[in-house]
Amino acid sequence: MPKSFIQTFLNNYMSASLIATFALLLGVSIGSQSIPFSSIWETVLHQLFHTPTNVPATVSQIIVAIRLPRVILAFLIGASLALAGVAFQALLKNVLADPYTIGVSSGAAVGAVLVFFFQLQFSILGRFTLPIVSIIFALVTLLFVLLFARLAERNMAMETIVLIGIIMNAFFGSLISLMVAFSGEELRQVISWLMGSVAMRGWSYVSLFVPFFIIGSLGLFAHIRELNAFSFGERVAANIGVHLLQKKLAILLSASLLTGAAVAVSGTIGFVGLVIPHMTRLICGANHRKLLPLSFLYGGTFLVLADVVARTIVSPRELPIGVITALIGAPLFAILLFKSLRRKTGST
Amino acid sequence: MIDVKDVSYRYGEKQVLRHVSFTVYEGEFFGILGPNGSGKTTLIKLLSRELALQQGDIFVCGQHIETYKPKQYAKLIATLPQHTDVSFGYTVKEMVELGRYPYQSTLFPKWTKEDEQVVSDSLHAVTLAHKQHALLEQLSGGERQRAALARALAQQPRVLLLDEPTNHMDVAQQFKLLNLLKQSKLTIVAIFHDINIASLYCDRLLFLRDGEAVACGTPKELLNESMIASVFETNMKRYEHPVLPKPLVTFVPFLEQPMNDVLWHVKQNETMIVIETVKPFKVLSSALVGGGTRWATTFVNRHVPLDYRCDDAKEEMIQFLRQHGFDEQWTVGMMTAVCVNDVAFASVYEDVRLFVAVTAGVGNAVDSAQAWRRTDVVASPGTINTFIFIDAHLSEAAFVQALMTATEAKAKALYDKQVIDPQTHTIATGTSTDSTVIAASQQGTYYEYAGTITSIGKQIARLVYEATQTAIDRYRKRKGESR
Repeated sequence: MPKSFIQTFLNNYMSASLIATFALLLGVSIGSQSIPFSSIWETVLHQLFHTPTNVPATVSQIIVAIRLPRVILAFLIGASLALAGVAFQALLKNVLADPYTIGVSSGAAVGAVLVFFFQLQFSILGRFTLPIVSIIFALVTLLFVLLFARLAERNMAMETIVLIGIIMNAFFGSLISLMVAFSGEELRQVISWLMGSVAMRGWSYVSLFVPFFIIGSLGLFAHIRELNAFSFGERVAANIGVHLLQKKLAILLSASLLTGAAVAVSGTIGFVGLVIPHMTRLICGANHRKLLPLSFLYGGTFLVLADVVARTIVSPRELPIGVITALIGAPLFAILLFKSLRRKTGST
Repeated sequence: MIDVKDVSYRYGEKQVLRHVSFTVYEGEFFGILGPNGSGKTTLIKLLSRELALQQGDIFVCGQHIETYKPKQYAKLIATLPQHTDVSFGYTVKEMVELGRYPYQSTLFPKWTKEDEQVVSDSLHAVTLAHKQHALLEQLSGGERQRAALARALAQQPRVLLLDEPTNHMDVAQQFKLLNLLKQSKLTIVAIFHDINIASLYCDRLLFLRDGEAVACGTPKELLNESMIASVFETNMKRYEHPVLPKPLVTFVPFLEQPMNDVLWHVKQNETMIVIETVKPFKVLSSALVGGGTRWATTFVNRHVPLDYRCDDAKEEMIQFLRQHGFDEQWTVGMMTAVCVNDVAFASVYEDVRLFVAVTAGVGNAVDSAQAWRRTDVVASPGTINTFIFIDAHLSEAAFVQALMTATEAKAKALYDKQVIDPQTHTIATGTSTDSTVIAASQQGTYYEYAGTITSIGKQIARLVYEATQTAIDRYRKRKGESR
């Protein structure tokens, strides 16, 4: 298959990093007040190395306190969701799997809403109560999805996953609605949070997210070969000596960490884990050795750009970021499903 | 190498394997055969540890299989499944690289030169090196299966487990893959669907039926008709491979056998006698064209002049047959210098329909017992050609016995007609270029034997004896006339 120039250019860590950096700068730069790239550099260098700066204090305040945490959080969430998507797709052998489409995000959201609803705070966990409860809910949901899929159909057809996702999302959605209805006013804000947003989170949310992000990412990057093996099915994986239960649990746990923590800080942002791995596969092929790091970079980039669009398109108001990702992701989901169905029925 | 001891397995209520025990030796190509649902795949899954043992034990290299760690086991045993799911977007080489997984450490996997070498060797072994960068979904079914095999070979296993490895492959692909496996010198345990392929490639076979090991042994020991009938519940006929000492089997499809009043037609002119059968007859003959065993519908006895000489008589005869519109694939052809009008027919229709045609020339008679005294080495024309048609089902042995019976009857006819070998001046037993055809319809009554004292042998002998005598009389009469 001859590769186009664009494919070759994008299939490269250097290009991906440059694009990511550019997206980050753009994310900080654009807003109600435009900030030139040079000021951003100066401010960042000043913050890190205390170099002299001419940037006015109000501008650097916007950069440091508002824009930068927002953009970084968006990048980390995007990267996490893309990685989780890659992991789910490998384990389920299904390109339609993504934290949102199989209902894991909704599961995590139920956990998060429960924490809000009951004002849960486990002293031992401190402020990490929220992400940890979300993660546990994500993991339990995921195990349930896997079990359900296996019971429903031994070879886990494409459509089975879709149906399970519908069931999960409907069920968890109604649970959340129920809790919101019981809670009255104070949880109304939950609704907009559920649509997904990285706005007004600040550094505290970034620091809340980072530990899980690091553990989850490392967990997946350590299992690149196993992800490749699982892509060929469990039989092949077992035949080449992969310790099925152990490796599968490790991957599921890592993916749940990423999904659960992401949902806890930013709500349910759908389809990132579907769109990014799909696009990245077109660029670099299916081998996780390349797919995983590139999905990481492009996932982060994607969400930063989606956030830029979300806050500029109907400025001064902001759209939930999940609206933007769904606008792109849902049609792609439909196309992928359609393709797989056509392949199955054998028509061309 | 592999010891399976008293293994039983059940899926819920369904007992799939019952007390199966067998041993596979190092370097052996071991085939597992049995009808669908006999437990073959379950057995392979137990060996590959895809299923956990329920009852009984399996030892590989002297060690119980449950004591191996996954990676250890993957270095020892590789499995080639019946069908490998293709994961989109992977290249052939990336798939083969998976096979190196058990050789890499978990925490800090390093891709060594040795890994690279093994992957490259495996790709070459399956002749896919030139396609290593192709995407799997672009390969044909056979190529995919070979890629999967390369993955298994990259594990550098000592044992290869195969579940119907050649399913979904065309004939050429099947043999390519199997030849490759045969050359690999690995210990191979494979499920086969095709009994003949198993016979050709396997050193030993295991027959499973309803989860029980019915028999285990070499193809020659196991592939007999009664064994196959009991295991596969189907009627099959055994025959021998034309080149190798391997038994083969074939089905006998159910065909409606029409009752034919007329089984053969005789056409005769100055140059030849043609006997055509209404359906193919199985033939054992010493004929010039179509000799040996074959199926034929047309039998030609061609008259050639006394001075007929040809370097390649067979080719010339084939040309002759073609010119006269005969398909040589379905024809048995002979030559004689005798006037074909002197042919003698004899037939009988009692239990079995029999028909005999003989042309005889005895100018060149030979006493086989005294032939060593003769000085000539080139056979000269003057021939007794005998055609025997039998509407019955003869065993292989019966064919040979029919031939013997006919020859003895012919010799006796010559004796009674006092045919003399002109050189030794003793009573002749035949001529130097006699030919005989035994043709049987292979329907109706089955005859295991056709010796001189069997019912069918008696008829054959009688007809051949009478027809040969008549033919000799006619030959002598013509000789007398022409003198």
